[in-house]
Amino acid sequence: MNGRLTWFNVTSLTLGFAFLYLPMLILILYSFNESKLVTVWGGFSAKWYGELLRNEQFLDAFWVTLRVGLISSTLATVLGTMAAYVMVRGGRFFGRTLFTGMIYAPLVMPEVITGLSLLLLFIAIGLDRGIFTIVLAHTTFSMCFVSVVVSSRLVTFDRSLEEAALDLGATPLDTFRLVTLPIITPAVISGWLLAFTLSLDDLVIASFTSGPSSTTLPIKIFSAVRLGVSPEINALSTLMIAVVALGVITASLVSKNALRRQRREKQEAFAA
Amino acid sequence: MAQPQPQNVFAPWADPAEKPLIRFEGVTKRFGDFVAVDDLNLDIYEREFFALLGPSGCGKTTLMRMLAGFENPSEGNIWIGGQNMKGIPPNRRPVNMMFQSYALFPHLTVWDNIAFGLRREGMDKDRMRVRVDEMLRLSRLEKFAGRKPHQISGGQRQRVALARSLAKAPKLLLLDEPLGALDKKLRQDTQFELMDIQEKTGTTFVIVTHDQEEAMTVASRVAVMDHGKLVQVATPAHIYEAPETVYVADFIGDVNIIEGTVIPAQGNRVDITYAEGKPPIRAATDKTLVPGQRVSFAVRPEKILVSREMATERTNAVKGRIEDIAYLGNISTYHVRLDSGHLVSAQMTNRNRLERREFTWEDEVWLSWTETAGIVLTE
Ligand SMILES: Nc1ncnc2c1ncn2[C@@H]1O[C@H](COP(=O)(O)OP(=O)(O)OP(=O)(O)O)[C@@H](O)[C@H]1O
Ligand SMILES: [Mg+2]
Repeated sequence: MNGRLTWFNVTSLTLGFAFLYLPMLILILYSFNESKLVTVWGGFSAKWYGELLRNEQFLDAFWVTLRVGLISSTLATVLGTMAAYVMVRGGRFFGRTLFTGMIYAPLVMPEVITGLSLLLLFIAIGLDRGIFTIVLAHTTFSMCFVSVVVSSRLVTFDRSLEEAALDLGATPLDTFRLVTLPIITPAVISGWLLAFTLSLDDLVIASFTSGPSSTTLPIKIFSAVRLGVSPEINALSTLMIAVVALGVITASLVSKNALRRQRREKQEAFAA
Repeated sequence: MAQPQPQNVFAPWADPAEKPLIRFEGVTKRFGDFVAVDDLNLDIYEREFFALLGPSGCGKTTLMRMLAGFENPSEGNIWIGGQNMKGIPPNRRPVNMMFQSYALFPHLTVWDNIAFGLRREGMDKDRMRVRVDEMLRLSRLEKFAGRKPHQISGGQRQRVALARSLAKAPKLLLLDEPLGALDKKLRQDTQFELMDIQEKTGTTFVIVTHDQEEAMTVASRVAVMDHGKLVQVATPAHIYEAPETVYVADFIGDVNIIEGTVIPAQGNRVDITYAEGKPPIRAATDKTLVPGQRVSFAVRPEKILVSREMATERTNAVKGRIEDIAYLGNISTYHVRLDSGHLVSAQMTNRNRLERREFTWEDEVWLSWTETAGIVLTE
């Protein structure tokens, strides 16, 4: 690459990043504002973070969000991995194309529709809305993201490894546990992180499926902001940005590692 | 071509009372419209070292995969040890396979790769350690036991794959081009090791190879395949000396093929007219041929003598001019253009040093061979 920093490159880089990150930067900055007035800078202070820790409502919402995130991303990872495995390895069974299409459809489905249809379903079967319904809803929509990530790893997976395991006397279940799973683990972890982040972010689907006793953080923030932006909200949002950033960075590191390993495997195959 | 046979020669295929270990019974395998294996019948006996030979894409791997249970025959049955294999999954067959691509587990060390099959068997720890170490020693991989597959060379990987498939001491071992990545010396050593292992364990080997020399060295019998069919199944010596078709003769070793028409002569001899105005080739044959029938005469280069004067003690002698000489160290191959236009190769051992060679380019020479040097083929 001829990566010289011309004035043009510098300008477009600055503009692009400013566009993306200036709003967040301002939010983070104002979360450390001493003044109660959001638009007036009154000196540096971390007191709103302290306030936040004493706010029962926000703390409750935080625990709900965390629990929903952990449970739903784990469920989504299990289901999504299973779906991916069947799609890639199932051979040509009846209705496979339809099944594959249906797994991917929620990726492009407007969230409002997903949320609404889930709401209707829960009402129809008489399920009380609460944490449980949010978990179900999040599992449903993040599972397809997991299956996309995992199946893209599975298609490049050397089939003969599984055959070799079977040949050496491993049952199909052992083969999955001892050979397939360890090799696709990085993809499964990035899938999990993706699902977790999606669950943390979600406002639309959660607002359809949450009950009065179970509000997630995004819902809380959204309704609080309608009464006016407070520095406390800024502090909370900053924390969320931190968590999501951490998740995204970990996911990209994991998949980068996996990519490197995959490349190595390929080199091996070439050498062979 | 009757040769003195040693006593107690290993030839279970010649004994009608013998039960085969593997039996293919009218096996056909189709991929869509494509027929990869075509109505194949074959018996392989216990303790055999059976080599499959054939051009790329002729169905060798497919045949192996059906034995191992990764593919199901579209038609026909496969029997192993008297048991029909229909519906029996790979993990419950008494067969181990070494894959053409090795298929080593990338996340396990060499040691764990070799131990994988033993663990599945539930072998106890101490016996397993002994067995794996024995395999490591056999494949000379002791130093690499703790490495991952991507940290060793191609040839070492091949040996790991071999050791892994041998570890369980299976009744039947399938080797898909097991020695392709090894240099000649190591390959020969490994060939002898394989034969040694077979002596000791009594394992039956089915081996795919592109290297006919390898097939000749290790095999009890050789099967030549073409387009999913078996063309000939016989001992290496028989395949070499008495191929049944031009295809087999051409596939195994070098051969000169001269086409002509038959004139029966006295005894079981024929004269083959191959060019106008030239004396016919006289050859011995057991086949009953009608006058005028088109045949191919096949003769190996090493059975032809090159000389400056006409060799009168040999029945067939033709004159030609040396067009090319391929020097291979111990032998030289002379490509000689006959007056009739045919190009014939003849092979001679280099008894003299290169600078004292008898013949050189453009020399007029005589080629001669006996009645029994070549064979007459009708297809
Ligand atoms: N799963 C498959 N689907 C379709 N065609 C296949 C499949 N597997 C093999 N074939 C075809 O069957 C034929 C035989 O393949 P096979 O792998 O048995 O060849 P081979 O004799 O082992 O060749 P090589 O010496 O190159 O390894 C080939 O033409 C191949 O393209
Ligand atoms: Mg093959």
